[in-house]
Amino acid sequence: MLKKRLIACLDVKDGKVVKGVKFRDHEVVGEILDLAKRYAATGCDELVFYDIAASPEGRGVGKDWVLKVAREIDIPFCVAGGLRSLDDAKRVLNAGADKISINSPALERPEMITELAKAFGVQCVVVGVDSYEEDGVYHVHQYTGDPEKSKRAHRETMSWLREAESRGAGEIVLNCMNRDGVREGYDCDQMALARDILSIPLIASGGAGKKEHFLEVLAHSDGALAAGVFHRGELSFPDLKGYLEGEGVAVRGVDS
Amino acid sequence: MESCVAVIDCGGTNLASVVFAFERLGVEVYVTRDEEGLERASHVILPGVGVCDEAMRKLDEEGLVERVKNCGKPLLGICVGMQQLYGYSEEGEVDCLGIFEGESIKLSSHDKPVPHMGWNTLEVQKDSRLLAGIEGGHVYYVHSYYVPPDGYTVATSRYGMQHISAVVEQGAVCGCQFHPERSGVLGSRILRNFLSMGDEE
Repeated sequence: MLKKRLIACLDVKDGKVVKGVKFRDHEVVGEILDLAKRYAATGCDELVFYDIAASPEGRGVGKDWVLKVAREIDIPFCVAGGLRSLDDAKRVLNAGADKISINSPALERPEMITELAKAFGVQCVVVGVDSYEEDGVYHVHQYTGDPEKSKRAHRETMSWLREAESRGAGEIVLNCMNRDGVREGYDCDQMALARDILSIPLIASGGAGKKEHFLEVLAHSDGALAAGVFHRGELSFPDLKGYLEGEGVAVRGVDS
Repeated sequence: MESCVAVIDCGGTNLASVVFAFERLGVEVYVTRDEEGLERASHVILPGVGVCDEAMRKLDEEGLVERVKNCGKPLLGICVGMQQLYGYSEEGEVDCLGIFEGESIKLSSHDKPVPHMGWNTLEVQKDSRLLAGIEGGHVYYVHSYYVPPDGYTVATSRYGMQHISAVVEQGAVCGCQFHPERSGVLGSRILRNFLSMGDEE
Protein backbone atom coordinates (compact mmCIF):
# COMPACT_ATOMS: atom_id res chain seq x y z
CA MET A 1 0.00 0.00 0.00
CA LEU A 2 1.25 3.46 -0.87
CA LYS A 3 2.15 5.49 2.21
CA LYS A 4 1.36 9.12 2.95
CA ARG A 5 4.54 11.13 2.60
CA LEU A 6 6.03 13.48 5.17
CA ILE A 7 8.27 15.97 3.46
CA ALA A 8 10.73 18.39 5.00
CA CYS A 9 11.15 21.61 3.07
CA LEU A 10 14.49 23.32 3.33
CA ASP A 11 14.32 26.91 2.14
CA VAL A 12 17.79 27.70 0.88
CA LYS A 13 19.28 31.16 0.67
CA ASP A 14 22.96 31.83 0.03
CA GLY A 15 23.82 28.20 0.68
CA LYS A 16 22.12 28.01 4.11
CA VAL A 17 18.76 26.75 5.25
CA VAL A 18 16.50 29.63 6.32
CA LYS A 19 12.97 30.03 7.57
CA GLY A 20 10.72 33.07 7.43
CA VAL A 21 7.24 33.89 8.63
CA LYS A 22 4.64 34.36 5.87
CA PHE A 23 7.52 34.24 3.41
CA ARG A 24 9.27 37.26 4.99
CA ASP A 25 12.06 37.99 7.48
CA HIS A 26 14.30 35.00 6.98
CA GLU A 27 16.55 33.65 9.70
CA VAL A 28 19.30 31.05 9.22
CA VAL A 29 18.37 27.70 10.75
CA GLY A 30 21.25 25.47 9.67
CA GLU A 31 23.56 23.91 7.11
CA ILE A 32 21.97 22.19 4.11
CA LEU A 33 23.77 18.86 4.38
CA ASP A 34 23.52 18.59 8.17
CA LEU A 35 19.76 19.02 8.15
CA ALA A 36 19.22 16.84 5.08
CA LYS A 37 21.20 13.95 6.57
CA ARG A 38 19.49 14.26 9.92
CA TYR A 39 16.02 14.20 8.37
CA ALA A 40 16.83 11.31 6.04
CA ALA A 41 18.20 9.26 8.91
CA THR A 42 15.19 9.81 11.17
CA GLY A 43 12.38 8.79 8.81
CA CYS A 44 11.64 11.80 6.60
CA ASP A 45 10.20 10.43 3.34
CA GLU A 46 11.38 13.10 0.97
CA LEU A 47 13.17 16.46 0.92
CA VAL A 48 12.43 19.63 -0.98
CA PHE A 49 15.11 22.27 -1.37
CA TYR A 50 13.69 25.62 -2.25
CA ASP A 51 16.12 28.29 -3.42
CA ILE A 52 13.90 31.14 -2.32
CA ALA A 53 16.15 33.91 -3.59
CA ALA A 54 16.55 32.45 -7.06
CA SER A 55 13.30 33.22 -8.81
CA PRO A 56 12.66 36.89 -7.99
CA GLU A 57 16.24 37.86 -8.75
CA GLY A 58 15.98 36.20 -12.15
CA ARG A 59 18.84 33.82 -11.54
CA GLY A 60 19.15 30.05 -11.39
CA VAL A 61 19.80 27.84 -8.41
CA GLY A 62 23.46 27.56 -7.44
CA LYS A 63 24.11 23.90 -8.07
CA ASP A 64 27.08 22.93 -5.87
CA TRP A 65 24.96 21.76 -3.00
CA VAL A 66 22.66 19.63 -5.20
CA LEU A 67 25.58 17.35 -6.02
CA LYS A 68 26.64 17.18 -2.39
CA VAL A 69 23.13 16.27 -1.27
CA ALA A 70 22.77 13.62 -4.00
CA ARG A 71 26.04 11.98 -2.97
CA GLU A 72 25.04 11.60 0.66
CA ILE A 73 21.28 11.17 0.72
CA ASP A 74 19.48 7.91 -0.06
CA ILE A 75 15.90 9.22 -0.08
CA PRO A 76 14.31 11.22 -2.91
CA PHE A 77 14.66 14.96 -3.13
CA CYS A 78 13.28 17.76 -5.21
CA VAL A 79 14.90 21.08 -6.11
CA ALA A 80 12.88 24.24 -6.61
CA GLY A 81 13.49 27.90 -7.27
CA GLY A 82 14.66 29.78 -10.32
CA LEU A 83 14.64 26.94 -12.83
CA ARG A 84 13.80 28.90 -15.97
CA SER A 85 14.83 26.61 -18.80
CA LEU A 86 15.20 23.00 -19.81
CA ASP A 87 18.94 23.41 -19.36
CA ASP A 88 18.51 24.64 -15.78
CA ALA A 89 16.31 21.65 -15.05
CA LYS A 90 18.65 19.23 -16.74
CA ARG A 91 21.63 20.45 -14.72
CA VAL A 92 19.79 19.91 -11.45
CA LEU A 93 18.45 16.48 -12.47
CA ASN A 94 21.84 15.38 -13.78
CA ALA A 95 23.41 16.44 -10.51
CA GLY A 96 21.20 13.87 -8.82
CA ALA A 97 17.92 15.56 -7.93
CA ASP A 98 14.94 13.25 -8.43
CA LYS A 99 12.45 15.97 -9.24
CA ILE A 100 12.39 19.61 -10.09
CA SER A 101 9.67 22.00 -9.05
CA ILE A 102 8.73 25.10 -10.97
CA ASN A 103 6.49 27.90 -9.83
CA SER A 104 6.91 31.47 -11.16
CA PRO A 105 8.48 30.39 -14.49
CA ALA A 106 5.50 28.09 -15.13
CA LEU A 107 3.18 31.05 -14.66
CA GLU A 108 5.25 33.19 -17.01
CA ARG A 109 5.35 30.49 -19.66
CA PRO A 110 3.00 27.52 -19.03
CA GLU A 111 4.38 25.66 -22.08
CA MET A 112 7.48 25.03 -20.00
CA ILE A 113 5.58 22.38 -18.01
CA THR A 114 4.93 20.40 -21.20
CA GLU A 115 8.48 20.81 -22.43
CA LEU A 116 9.90 19.53 -19.14
CA ALA A 117 7.49 16.59 -19.07
CA LYS A 118 8.42 15.61 -22.61
CA ALA A 119 12.13 15.93 -21.97
CA PHE A 120 12.37 14.24 -18.58
CA GLY A 121 9.06 12.45 -17.96
CA VAL A 122 6.07 13.71 -15.99
CA GLN A 123 7.33 11.92 -12.88
CA CYS A 124 10.04 14.47 -12.22
CA VAL A 125 8.01 17.60 -12.96
CA VAL A 126 6.47 19.17 -9.88
CA VAL A 127 4.51 22.39 -10.15
CA GLY A 128 4.57 24.48 -7.00
CA VAL A 129 1.61 26.77 -6.50
CA ASP A 130 1.46 29.62 -3.98
CA SER A 131 -2.18 30.28 -3.29
CA TYR A 132 -3.65 33.17 -1.31
CA GLU A 133 -7.25 33.39 -0.22
CA GLU A 134 -8.98 36.74 -0.52
CA ASP A 135 -12.72 37.13 0.06
CA GLY A 136 -13.27 33.40 -0.33
CA VAL A 137 -11.44 33.15 -3.65
CA TYR A 138 -8.08 31.40 -4.06
CA HIS A 139 -5.61 33.29 -6.22
CA VAL A 140 -2.17 32.25 -7.41
CA HIS A 141 0.75 34.47 -6.42
CA GLN A 142 4.20 34.55 -7.94
CA TYR A 143 7.74 35.67 -7.01
CA THR A 144 6.79 34.92 -3.42
CA GLY A 145 10.41 34.45 -2.35
CA ASP A 146 10.91 38.22 -2.35
CA PRO A 147 8.48 40.53 -0.51
CA GLU A 148 9.34 43.37 -2.91
CA LYS A 149 8.32 41.41 -5.99
CA SER A 150 5.67 39.04 -4.65
CA LYS A 151 2.44 39.67 -6.54
CA ARG A 152 -0.88 38.23 -7.57
CA ALA A 153 -0.66 36.30 -10.84
CA HIS A 154 -4.14 36.97 -12.27
CA ARG A 155 -5.10 33.34 -12.10
CA GLU A 156 -7.46 31.50 -9.85
CA THR A 157 -5.83 28.60 -8.07
CA MET A 158 -8.17 25.79 -9.08
CA SER A 159 -8.11 26.62 -12.77
CA TRP A 160 -4.30 26.87 -12.67
CA LEU A 161 -4.08 23.45 -11.00
CA ARG A 162 -6.20 21.94 -13.76
CA GLU A 163 -4.07 23.59 -16.41
CA ALA A 164 -0.80 22.48 -14.80
CA GLU A 165 -1.98 18.89 -14.73
CA SER A 166 -3.19 18.94 -18.32
CA ARG A 167 0.13 20.42 -19.42
CA GLY A 168 2.07 17.54 -17.91
CA ALA A 169 2.76 18.20 -14.23
CA GLY A 170 3.47 14.96 -12.36
CA GLU A 171 2.75 16.38 -8.93
CA ILE A 172 1.42 19.54 -7.31
CA VAL A 173 2.70 21.17 -4.15
CA LEU A 174 -0.03 23.54 -3.05
CA ASN A 175 1.19 26.14 -0.61
CA CYS A 176 -1.55 28.03 1.18
CA MET A 177 0.08 31.38 1.88
CA ASN A 178 -2.48 32.53 4.43
CA ARG A 179 -1.36 29.65 6.62
CA ASP A 180 2.37 29.70 5.93
CA GLY A 181 4.47 30.01 9.05
CA VAL A 182 1.54 30.74 11.36
CA ARG A 183 1.22 27.17 12.68
CA GLU A 184 -2.55 27.08 12.82
CA GLY A 185 -2.98 24.09 10.55
CA TYR A 186 -3.11 23.39 6.84
CA ASP A 187 -5.94 24.74 4.70
CA CYS A 188 -7.90 21.49 4.51
CA ASP A 189 -10.81 23.05 2.63
CA GLN A 190 -8.55 24.18 -0.15
CA MET A 191 -6.75 20.83 -0.24
CA ALA A 192 -10.04 18.98 -0.51
CA LEU A 193 -11.04 21.16 -3.46
CA ALA A 194 -7.71 20.57 -5.15
CA ARG A 195 -7.70 16.80 -4.48
CA ASP A 196 -11.11 16.62 -6.08
CA ILE A 197 -10.06 18.14 -9.38
CA LEU A 198 -6.58 16.58 -9.71
CA SER A 199 -5.64 13.06 -10.69
CA ILE A 200 -1.91 13.51 -9.99
CA PRO A 201 -0.34 13.42 -6.50
CA LEU A 202 -1.03 16.47 -4.32
CA ILE A 203 1.22 17.68 -1.50
CA ALA A 204 -0.06 20.11 1.13
CA SER A 205 2.12 22.98 2.29
CA GLY A 206 1.76 25.85 4.75
CA GLY A 207 0.47 25.90 8.29
CA ALA A 208 1.87 22.90 10.15
CA GLY A 209 2.22 23.60 13.85
CA LYS A 210 1.41 20.36 15.61
CA LYS A 211 0.95 16.70 14.80
CA GLU A 212 -2.84 16.91 14.64
CA HIS A 213 -2.48 19.23 11.64
CA PHE A 214 -0.78 16.45 9.69
CA LEU A 215 -3.53 14.02 10.58
CA GLU A 216 -6.18 16.47 9.36
CA VAL A 217 -4.59 17.32 6.04
CA LEU A 218 -3.48 13.82 5.07
CA ALA A 219 -7.17 12.96 4.62
CA HIS A 220 -7.07 15.35 1.63
CA SER A 221 -3.54 15.02 0.28
CA ASP A 222 -0.93 12.44 -0.65
CA GLY A 223 1.67 14.04 1.52
CA ALA A 224 2.34 16.98 3.79
CA LEU A 225 5.25 19.34 3.60
CA ALA A 226 6.55 21.40 6.51
CA ALA A 227 9.63 23.32 7.47
CA GLY A 228 9.64 25.25 10.73
CA VAL A 229 8.16 22.56 12.98
CA PHE A 230 10.94 20.22 11.89
CA HIS A 231 13.77 22.76 11.84
CA ARG A 232 12.94 24.01 15.32
CA GLY A 233 12.77 20.44 16.59
CA GLU A 234 9.16 20.82 17.73
CA LEU A 235 8.21 17.65 15.88
CA SER A 236 10.48 14.71 15.10
CA PHE A 237 9.72 12.24 12.33
CA PRO A 238 9.69 9.18 14.63
CA ASP A 239 7.19 10.83 17.01
CA LEU A 240 5.03 12.22 14.24
CA LYS A 241 4.93 8.94 12.35
CA GLY A 242 4.21 7.00 15.51
CA TYR A 243 1.28 9.30 16.21
CA LEU A 244 -0.08 9.10 12.66
CA GLU A 245 0.24 5.33 12.62
CA GLY A 246 -1.68 5.15 15.88
CA GLU A 247 -4.43 7.22 14.25
CA GLY A 248 -4.65 4.76 11.36
CA VAL A 249 -2.71 6.73 8.73
CA ALA A 250 -0.52 4.56 6.48
CA VAL A 251 3.02 5.86 6.88
CA ARG A 252 6.43 4.33 6.31
CA GLY A 253 8.04 3.18 9.56
CA VAL A 254 11.28 4.84 10.48
CA ASP A 255 13.46 1.72 10.04
CA SER A 256 11.72 0.23 7.06
CA MET B 1 36.47 -10.39 -8.15
CA GLU B 2 36.30 -6.65 -7.56
CA SER B 3 32.97 -5.29 -8.74
CA CYS B 4 32.97 -2.74 -11.49
CA VAL B 5 29.57 -1.33 -12.37
CA ALA B 6 28.65 0.13 -15.76
CA VAL B 7 25.62 2.42 -15.72
CA ILE B 8 24.30 2.70 -19.25
CA ASP B 9 23.43 6.22 -20.32
CA CYS B 10 20.01 5.96 -21.97
CA GLY B 11 19.39 9.66 -21.49
CA GLY B 12 17.57 9.15 -18.19
CA THR B 13 17.95 11.64 -15.39
CA ASN B 14 18.87 9.39 -12.48
CA LEU B 15 22.37 8.52 -13.66
CA ALA B 16 24.00 10.52 -10.88
CA SER B 17 21.88 9.07 -8.10
CA VAL B 18 22.55 5.51 -9.28
CA VAL B 19 26.28 6.21 -9.53
CA PHE B 20 26.33 7.78 -6.07
CA ALA B 21 24.42 4.83 -4.58
CA PHE B 22 27.15 2.43 -5.78
CA GLU B 23 29.87 4.84 -4.65
CA ARG B 24 28.34 4.72 -1.19
CA LEU B 25 28.82 0.94 -1.34
CA GLY B 26 32.50 1.53 -2.12
CA VAL B 27 32.66 -0.05 -5.59
CA GLU B 28 33.98 1.30 -8.87
CA VAL B 29 31.15 2.67 -11.00
CA TYR B 30 31.00 4.68 -14.20
CA VAL B 31 28.53 5.91 -16.80
CA THR B 32 28.97 4.53 -20.29
CA ARG B 33 27.36 4.52 -23.68
CA ASP B 34 29.73 2.30 -25.62
CA GLU B 35 30.74 -1.32 -26.04
CA GLU B 36 34.08 -0.93 -24.30
CA GLY B 37 32.37 0.36 -21.21
CA LEU B 38 30.10 -2.67 -21.21
CA GLU B 39 33.00 -5.01 -21.84
CA ARG B 40 35.03 -3.79 -18.87
CA ALA B 41 32.20 -4.07 -16.34
CA SER B 42 31.40 -6.92 -13.99
CA HIS B 43 27.82 -5.66 -13.54
CA VAL B 44 25.55 -3.66 -15.80
CA ILE B 45 22.75 -1.24 -14.88
CA LEU B 46 19.95 0.00 -17.13
CA PRO B 47 18.98 2.99 -15.02
CA GLY B 48 16.14 4.54 -17.00
CA VAL B 49 14.15 7.34 -15.62
CA GLY B 50 12.09 9.12 -18.17
CA VAL B 51 10.34 7.79 -21.18
CA CYS B 52 10.66 4.22 -22.48
CA ASP B 53 10.71 4.93 -26.21
CA GLU B 54 13.36 7.63 -25.70
CA ALA B 55 15.47 5.23 -23.66
CA MET B 56 15.19 2.51 -26.33
CA ARG B 57 16.02 5.00 -29.07
CA LYS B 58 19.19 6.02 -27.20
CA LEU B 59 20.26 2.40 -26.80
CA ASP B 60 19.63 1.76 -30.47
CA GLU B 61 21.54 4.88 -31.55
CA GLU B 62 24.59 3.70 -29.62
CA GLY B 63 24.26 0.24 -31.16
CA LEU B 64 23.88 -1.27 -27.71
CA VAL B 65 20.61 -3.20 -28.02
CA GLU B 66 22.17 -6.56 -28.87
CA ARG B 67 25.19 -5.93 -26.64
CA VAL B 68 23.03 -5.35 -23.59
CA LYS B 69 20.78 -8.31 -24.41
CA ASN B 70 23.75 -10.63 -24.63
CA CYS B 71 26.07 -9.02 -22.12
CA GLY B 72 26.40 -12.25 -20.12
CA LYS B 73 26.82 -10.31 -16.89
CA PRO B 74 24.51 -9.57 -14.00
CA LEU B 75 22.12 -6.98 -15.42
CA LEU B 76 19.77 -4.81 -13.35
CA GLY B 77 17.07 -2.65 -14.91
CA ILE B 78 15.70 0.14 -12.72
CA CYS B 79 12.24 1.67 -13.29
CA VAL B 80 11.99 2.24 -17.05
CA GLY B 81 15.12 0.06 -17.23
CA MET B 82 13.12 -2.85 -15.86
CA GLN B 83 10.38 -2.22 -18.42
CA GLN B 84 13.05 -2.24 -21.15
CA LEU B 85 13.88 -5.86 -20.26
CA TYR B 86 10.46 -6.87 -21.61
CA GLY B 87 9.29 -7.26 -25.19
CA TYR B 88 7.18 -4.16 -25.54
CA SER B 89 6.11 -0.97 -23.80
CA GLU B 90 2.85 0.87 -24.20
CA GLU B 91 4.78 4.07 -23.43
CA GLY B 92 5.63 5.28 -26.90
CA GLU B 93 4.48 1.90 -28.28
CA VAL B 94 8.00 0.65 -28.58
CA ASP B 95 9.69 -2.74 -28.88
CA CYS B 96 12.13 -3.28 -26.05
CA LEU B 97 14.95 -5.72 -25.36
CA GLY B 98 12.72 -8.79 -25.14
CA ILE B 99 14.88 -10.60 -22.59
CA PHE B 100 11.65 -11.25 -20.69
CA GLU B 101 8.36 -12.05 -22.39
CA GLY B 102 5.60 -9.57 -21.72
CA GLU B 103 4.96 -5.84 -21.78
CA SER B 104 4.57 -2.76 -19.65
CA ILE B 105 1.24 -0.95 -19.61
CA LYS B 106 -0.15 2.32 -18.25
CA LEU B 107 -1.34 2.50 -14.66
CA SER B 108 -5.05 3.08 -14.46
CA SER B 109 -5.87 6.38 -12.78
CA HIS B 110 -9.55 5.86 -12.11
CA ASP B 111 -9.15 5.06 -8.41
CA LYS B 112 -5.87 6.78 -7.55
CA PRO B 113 -3.36 9.44 -8.61
CA VAL B 114 -0.93 8.64 -11.42
CA PRO B 115 2.11 8.75 -11.38
CA HIS B 116 2.43 6.24 -8.56
CA MET B 117 4.78 8.29 -6.45
CA GLY B 118 6.12 7.58 -2.99
CA TRP B 119 6.98 4.78 -0.60
CA ASN B 120 5.08 1.54 -1.00
CA THR B 121 5.23 -1.82 0.75
CA LEU B 122 7.42 -4.43 -0.88
CA GLU B 123 5.69 -7.81 -0.70
CA VAL B 124 8.15 -10.64 -1.25
CA GLN B 125 6.54 -13.50 -3.20
CA LYS B 126 9.37 -15.97 -3.61
CA ASP B 127 13.04 -16.51 -2.88
CA SER B 128 15.44 -14.62 -5.07
CA ARG B 129 19.05 -13.55 -5.06
CA LEU B 130 18.26 -9.86 -5.39
CA LEU B 131 16.08 -9.95 -2.27
CA ALA B 132 18.22 -12.37 -0.26
CA GLY B 133 17.70 -11.69 3.44
CA ILE B 134 14.90 -9.19 2.77
CA GLU B 135 11.47 -10.02 4.13
CA GLY B 136 9.71 -6.78 3.27
CA GLY B 137 9.80 -3.07 3.94
CA HIS B 138 9.25 0.08 1.92
CA VAL B 139 10.67 1.17 -1.39
CA TYR B 140 10.37 4.41 -3.36
CA TYR B 141 8.37 4.45 -6.59
CA VAL B 142 7.91 7.06 -9.31
CA HIS B 143 6.26 5.72 -12.45
CA SER B 144 3.19 5.81 -14.68
CA TYR B 145 3.70 2.48 -16.50
CA TYR B 146 4.11 -0.95 -14.93
CA VAL B 147 4.47 -4.64 -15.62
CA PRO B 148 1.73 -6.90 -14.24
CA PRO B 149 3.06 -9.73 -12.05
CA ASP B 150 4.27 -12.71 -14.11
CA GLY B 151 6.55 -15.72 -13.94
CA TYR B 152 9.63 -13.53 -13.44
CA THR B 153 8.11 -11.66 -10.50
CA VAL B 154 9.68 -12.25 -7.10
CA ALA B 155 8.09 -9.31 -5.26
CA THR B 156 5.04 -7.11 -5.78
CA SER B 157 3.47 -3.91 -4.49
CA ARG B 158 -0.16 -2.90 -4.47
CA TYR B 159 -1.39 0.44 -5.71
CA GLY B 160 -5.11 0.96 -5.54
CA MET B 161 -6.65 -2.13 -7.11
CA GLN B 162 -3.53 -2.88 -9.12
CA HIS B 163 -0.77 -5.35 -8.37
CA ILE B 164 2.57 -4.20 -9.65
CA SER B 165 5.55 -6.35 -10.44
CA ALA B 166 8.11 -4.78 -8.10
CA VAL B 167 11.10 -7.07 -8.59
CA VAL B 168 11.73 -9.51 -11.43
CA GLU B 169 14.57 -11.97 -11.69
CA GLN B 170 15.67 -14.81 -13.93
CA GLY B 171 19.23 -16.04 -13.92
CA ALA B 172 21.48 -13.00 -13.71
CA VAL B 173 18.93 -10.62 -15.21
CA CYS B 174 16.80 -8.68 -12.78
CA GLY B 175 14.75 -5.52 -12.50
CA CYS B 176 13.22 -3.19 -9.91
CA GLN B 177 10.24 -1.04 -10.77
CA PHE B 178 11.08 1.18 -7.78
CA HIS B 179 14.31 3.11 -7.20
CA PRO B 180 16.73 1.17 -4.98
CA GLU B 181 19.12 4.14 -5.21
CA ARG B 182 16.53 6.25 -3.38
CA SER B 183 15.04 3.59 -1.12
CA GLY B 184 17.17 4.12 1.97
CA VAL B 185 18.75 1.19 3.79
CA LEU B 186 16.57 -1.41 2.06
CA GLY B 187 17.52 -0.06 -1.37
CA SER B 188 21.23 -0.25 -0.66
CA ARG B 189 20.78 -3.82 0.61
CA ILE B 190 19.23 -4.72 -2.76
CA LEU B 191 22.13 -3.12 -4.63
CA ARG B 192 24.61 -5.03 -2.45
CA ASN B 193 22.76 -8.26 -3.25
CA PHE B 194 23.01 -7.40 -6.93
CA LEU B 195 26.77 -6.95 -6.62
CA SER B 196 27.10 -10.34 -4.96
CA MET B 197 25.41 -11.96 -7.97
CA GLY B 198 28.71 -11.96 -9.84
CA ASP B 199 30.49 -13.93 -7.13
CA GLU B 200 28.91 -17.34 -7.48
CA GLU B 201 29.01 -17.51 -11.28
